[in-house]
Amino acid sequence: MADVNEVQATMDGNSAVAHVAYRVNEVCSIYPITPSSPMAELADEWTSHGLTNIWGNVPVIQEMQSEGGAAGAVHGALQAGALTTTFTASQGLLLMLPNMFKIAGELTPSVFHVAARSVATQALSIFGDHSDVMAIRPTGFAMLASNSVQEAHDMALVAQAATLKSRVPFVHFFDGFRTSHEVNTLTLVPDETIRAMIDDEAVKAHRARALNPENPFVRGTAQNPDVFFQGREAANPFHLAVPGIVADAMEQFDALTGRHYKLFDYFGAPDAERVIVVMGSGAEVVRETVGHLVAHSEKVGVIIVRLFRPFSVEHLLSALPETCRAIAVLDRTKEPGATGEPLYLDVVSAIMRAGRETMPKVVGGRYGLSSKDFDPAQAKAVFDELKKPEPRNGFTVGIKDDVTFSSLDVDASYATEPDDAVRAVFYGLGADGTVGANKNSVKIIAEDSGRYAQGYFVYDSHKSGAQTVSHLRFGPNPIRSPYLIRSANFVACHQFHFLEKIDVLRLAAPGATFLLNSPYGLDEVWEHLPRSVQEQIIAKKLKFHVIDASTAAREVGLKNRTNTVLQTCFFALSGVLPHDEAIAAIKQAISKSYGRKGKRIVEQNWAAVDGALARLHEVKVPAEPSSRFERPPIVPDTAPDFVRRVTARMMEGLGDEIAVSAMPVDGTFPSGTAAWEKRNVAEEVPVWRQDLCIQCGQCSFVCPHSVIRAKYYDEAQLDGAPASFKSAPVNARGYPDVQFSLQFYVEDCTGCGLCVEACPAQSAVEPGIKAINLEEKAGLVAAERENIAFFEGLPVNDRARVDFANVRGVQFLEPLFEFSGACAGCGETPYVKLLSQLFGDRLMVANATGCSSIYGGNLPVTPWTKNAEGRGPAWSNSLFEDNAEFGLGFRLAADKHLEIARDLLCQMADAVGPDLVTAILDAPQISESEIRRQRERVAELKTKLLALKGNATAEYLLSVVDHLVRRSVWIVGGDGWAYDIGYGGLDHVLASGRNVNILVMDTEVYSNTGGQASKATPLGAIAKFAAAGKRTARKDLALQAIAYGNVYVAQVAMGANPQQTLQAFREAEAWEGTSLILAYSHCIAHGYDLRKGLSQQDKAVASGYWPLLRYDPALRGVGEAPFRLDSPRPTLPFKDYAYNELRYSALAASRPDKAAALLGEAQQAIRDKYHSYEEFARMDAGPNPSEVMGAARKL
Amino acid sequence: MDLTTSYLGLSLKNPVVASAGPLNRHLDNLLHLQDCGAGAVVLPSIFEEQIEREQEIFDALIDHGADSFSEALSYFPAQTAYAYDTGQHLALIENAAASLAIPVIASLNGTTANGWVDYARDIEQAGAAAIELNIFFIPSDATESGLDVEARYVDVVRAVSSTVKIPVSVKIGPYFSSPGHMAGELTEAGAKGLAMFNRFYEPDIDPATLTVRPDIQLSNAYEMRLPLLWIGVLAGRTPASLAATTGVETPEDVVKYLLAGADVVMTTSSLLRHGIDHMRVLVDGLTDWLSSRGLNSPADIRGRMSHANVDNPEAYERANYIKVLQDFDGL
Repeated sequence: MADVNEVQATMDGNSAVAHVAYRVNEVCSIYPITPSSPMAELADEWTSHGLTNIWGNVPVIQEMQSEGGAAGAVHGALQAGALTTTFTASQGLLLMLPNMFKIAGELTPSVFHVAARSVATQALSIFGDHSDVMAIRPTGFAMLASNSVQEAHDMALVAQAATLKSRVPFVHFFDGFRTSHEVNTLTLVPDETIRAMIDDEAVKAHRARALNPENPFVRGTAQNPDVFFQGREAANPFHLAVPGIVADAMEQFDALTGRHYKLFDYFGAPDAERVIVVMGSGAEVVRETVGHLVAHSEKVGVIIVRLFRPFSVEHLLSALPETCRAIAVLDRTKEPGATGEPLYLDVVSAIMRAGRETMPKVVGGRYGLSSKDFDPAQAKAVFDELKKPEPRNGFTVGIKDDVTFSSLDVDASYATEPDDAVRAVFYGLGADGTVGANKNSVKIIAEDSGRYAQGYFVYDSHKSGAQTVSHLRFGPNPIRSPYLIRSANFVACHQFHFLEKIDVLRLAAPGATFLLNSPYGLDEVWEHLPRSVQEQIIAKKLKFHVIDASTAAREVGLKNRTNTVLQTCFFALSGVLPHDEAIAAIKQAISKSYGRKGKRIVEQNWAAVDGALARLHEVKVPAEPSSRFERPPIVPDTAPDFVRRVTARMMEGLGDEIAVSAMPVDGTFPSGTAAWEKRNVAEEVPVWRQDLCIQCGQCSFVCPHSVIRAKYYDEAQLDGAPASFKSAPVNARGYPDVQFSLQFYVEDCTGCGLCVEACPAQSAVEPGIKAINLEEKAGLVAAERENIAFFEGLPVNDRARVDFANVRGVQFLEPLFEFSGACAGCGETPYVKLLSQLFGDRLMVANATGCSSIYGGNLPVTPWTKNAEGRGPAWSNSLFEDNAEFGLGFRLAADKHLEIARDLLCQMADAVGPDLVTAILDAPQISESEIRRQRERVAELKTKLLALKGNATAEYLLSVVDHLVRRSVWIVGGDGWAYDIGYGGLDHVLASGRNVNILVMDTEVYSNTGGQASKATPLGAIAKFAAAGKRTARKDLALQAIAYGNVYVAQVAMGANPQQTLQAFREAEAWEGTSLILAYSHCIAHGYDLRKGLSQQDKAVASGYWPLLRYDPALRGVGEAPFRLDSPRPTLPFKDYAYNELRYSALAASRPDKAAALLGEAQQAIRDKYHSYEEFARMDAGPNPSEVMGAARKL
Repeated sequence: MDLTTSYLGLSLKNPVVASAGPLNRHLDNLLHLQDCGAGAVVLPSIFEEQIEREQEIFDALIDHGADSFSEALSYFPAQTAYAYDTGQHLALIENAAASLAIPVIASLNGTTANGWVDYARDIEQAGAAAIELNIFFIPSDATESGLDVEARYVDVVRAVSSTVKIPVSVKIGPYFSSPGHMAGELTEAGAKGLAMFNRFYEPDIDPATLTVRPDIQLSNAYEMRLPLLWIGVLAGRTPASLAATTGVETPEDVVKYLLAGADVVMTTSSLLRHGIDHMRVLVDGLTDWLSSRGLNSPADIRGRMSHANVDNPEAYERANYIKVLQDFDGL
């Protein structure tokens, strides 16, 4: 029977699972990976607040260096008798595989909670499918699937109860994002129920089996051919018992909570003829479809798989109606080359074993890879297929496969949603609080009004100016529909400019309410709508409302935070709650949400609620459209074919409609597509004051989005320049009649303001005016488009004539990394851009998974680009953990192919001319002019080789001839990779002596996954997984690398000393061995306005926290000590640097005593570290360091 | 020797008080001040504007970048959000009140009507012996009249005094047309004491960068002339306790203020300059000064040189000015 103490709550799947996992374990061994990270984050936070498990003790949380490490620690903790869990997904689960075989082989009870996610193949994807969990089938782990937030909560407990009883370890999995991140109403399992489900005798038995010197034994032997096989079979009874144990646990759970579950649950017509077998969130979709079809007298049903391993044939068959004649098994994974996907093969095998007189036809199909939305229309398409006498096997559903024609046709108009639910879709920007407000609305409705609510949120792949789409359902009954809203009766567009970018009314149902946040009032708004928007409003008979939420928010002091205003409008218009009740509930929720943030914020938000409705107006919709403008094409007609056919569709939010034939077969995409995506995310952009400019190049050096370009050119080329095009005479001597221009790509700018901060040229008479100032963008765009076109027509400056050795010169080098989707003010991308400027046309980049692989390679567009000659960085991402090895592989191939090319070239000396051969073989290739000359020689060689048609050696040489131009191999990634998960490989590459360059962009946290602590995280800072403040100092990777003696090592901070950064990059590249650069990268996860990023970098150096240093092994060769300390002694207390950042000051505010103690330790550590660096530097007794020697001499 | 002094109705063991300053943020320092003989301590102000501003920034930073990117829906642990509030200040009041035998006076600088009242209530609940209202307000709006400004002061004092039961004093600036009248108004509104004077934020201008920069200087002995004047004028004419706050460097300065009529003498700058132990120098110096003259109590000298008590009260008025000028002319 249902527990009388049951509590209804709203939370996402990760929270629902962590709630249980935390309570039934003693040790959690964790590592961040999307989408499972929030489970581990919650566990860490609960620990820091002293929350106890059901035995009254606080679990131990240990972050590890990788999932492999996490699994190892789990294994050890289990062997030592602790109840232990972990949370993971995708590649992380794969890294756990070796330990999982061991843990299962040793019959050790544990539950791994997995937010199932795609495994990277032709591309990485963070989204959900079963390709990761399917990879663990041979481990011996039991596999229990959950289909919804409630189930994930419940099955987490069932799995724990069953593993303790059975001794077989479990993977409990649920769909990444669709379940892990869906917010839904659920009934919490009370602690006493959890307590009742856990058998303490089993816990004690687990402990009794633990390694114990008081009762010694040996576990983990090596076995020989004589007994290994038998030993493997010896565990059979335990695995065979699992289905019964899980069924019992489900029954016990039912008795305690009233919620019924079976290993295989059947829903549908008792006499169903067509049945779908499916597991995961898709099962809920099929279940909803079945309900609808059965109501229309269709004989259909669904079998929902919960216990996938061990697969109980008996339980499956008992769930299958005798009347069934056709079964479709849906797999959310792909196994190329197999006769079918895993669940399908299991079902086929089971049906074969059934021995029924009439065997049903069984077909398999794939759906929903990487969270491809799976809806009732697709489920119906599968049932329709089963109606056919020969239903297709190996089909796909949800895509258009026009290559191998596997896909089923889907009637998109089919819908099953009940009429009593409100379905609302909201378009917002990441920064505008729309998602936060919607999560809040879900809570208000579901927790305080006894109704049910569901929220699911879709984000685009940019880190700055990202668009969000919120899908919310509300109703009087539990909401199961785990798919995006197809037909909304409420559509809100919180950003007016979206109307010209995307079709915001596509999902609006006839008669729906449309709320538009508009700067234009009731009387003006209509004329500012694109024609297609007007047409849809009229055709669909939408109830059209406008509000100027920005003004309403500003009026109450909330600046541009419009979320409360718009949330109030939603409640007022949707009628989901009675008006007065809604207002009271919003205010109460504001008190709850913002109470901790201060009275003023609460009062401002209350005022926003009160003021919102006064500004909300219904627009009288004219009978006919009158607009004379239309939504402009997403890219111009001049864009390349691929960009127009494929990229633009993705940019428009219509990627789902791209057919298989349009996709590259192997994950290869063209470079430089970011330039086609004019995102216009900045409200203010830089404007140049050429009269004040000293042409120093600092602004373009620090620009994270490569939107500041410089050129010098002959004055005569200004003929025909647009009137607003700006130029100034070059201020260097010896260049008469030469002009200089800075051009801002305003539509690609994020308005971060770093350029303004970097600009040293200040007006002597105008307060606050520099050579670069931010101004409102709105009136500038049209003129700047013309200016950019003119600027691009000016000749690109000859690299051979540019002085690479100083920052001023670098501004004339074309960046081959531009307009990325990185955060506004990103501290990493200026380094990446610099790399592309210095070495871009011969650059190979191995990029570790993380921020840099996401802003560098997440579709729809890519910022890595090429120059006018068609040359540019060749970029690839392998994995998170293997990047150093991956990049070393680039070098190995390059070295081998260079060797082959040189060898073949010698063989071809007579045919192509010995002088040319000698010149190519002996060419120095350090300076840009030397590289340029080598390119010319190789071009000449190619011409000669191509002329030798039919010469096999010539053709073979042509296949490797490009290697004769020196390649620059860079291994790029963040600190999570370099310090933690990839450290073993990185260390090996450092030891290899090979000519690769490693750039670590050190943000001191796992930035891409939301700021979890790494071994680079500083002492005293808070981070996820270090919610109570990091207690240990960061690893000194520089000193570790220096210890090898033959590795070039530099520690740089662009904001403190750009010249030193530039020098380090060039020296590293010139060093014909392994190089390592640690680059201080300010980050959104540090918690301050990134506009101050450069000055914070300066303070990091001034405080001695981040000393600038270079270790150049080449200096040894000239009799000098190789270690150079490039920054002066600390002049600033660490506190004056650190406490500008929330990561430090938050701890000072919340736990001042602890923060003070950690601050003291951190300051002492800085003193000690600096002292040892000085000792090291003092070993340099040679000439003045300003006499640049060693590697630099070659430049 | 009996240095006992009554201030705001509180009994102090002597009239030297450590006024609100950065040293007083730490309980250890407060205990040290007590050991060095301080008669009372005033804790650093709760600045409503600063708290609200910090909350606002904190709030913005916590949320910055949140709910925007699938892999990073936040960048800080969720529980970070409780950080900035009055908790730390109130905890200090509570700890100080529990740990110190001498009176702990809390200081409050509000910006909104609700802020003054709400925080005052919190302060009282935290255990402060009294509240000093640090009305730190620059009427930069040139359309606001002097009467309006005065009304603001009076309203705040009235609102707080009617809310809390502990005594309320006001730290005022010297820039009223008639400070004496103002003192009367404030007393009428419920103030039990006046601390004179507040030193206002006086920013500097950097001609190189064309920026306004905050530049706070410690007070010096010369600055005590103005409060000395007004304490002398008001002593004996107002029911309010009088606290002198500016320019105290030596025991002689303490004596001067007492002679003018101050009930207590407050210092921060001298403690910052010379260390907390300087409190002992001031208290012992006062004792020595009194005993060297055969006096037993500050009461013996308090107000002896006030406007009301000097033989030639006009020395506090225009005649004084004339004399100074005459002396100057004679040089």
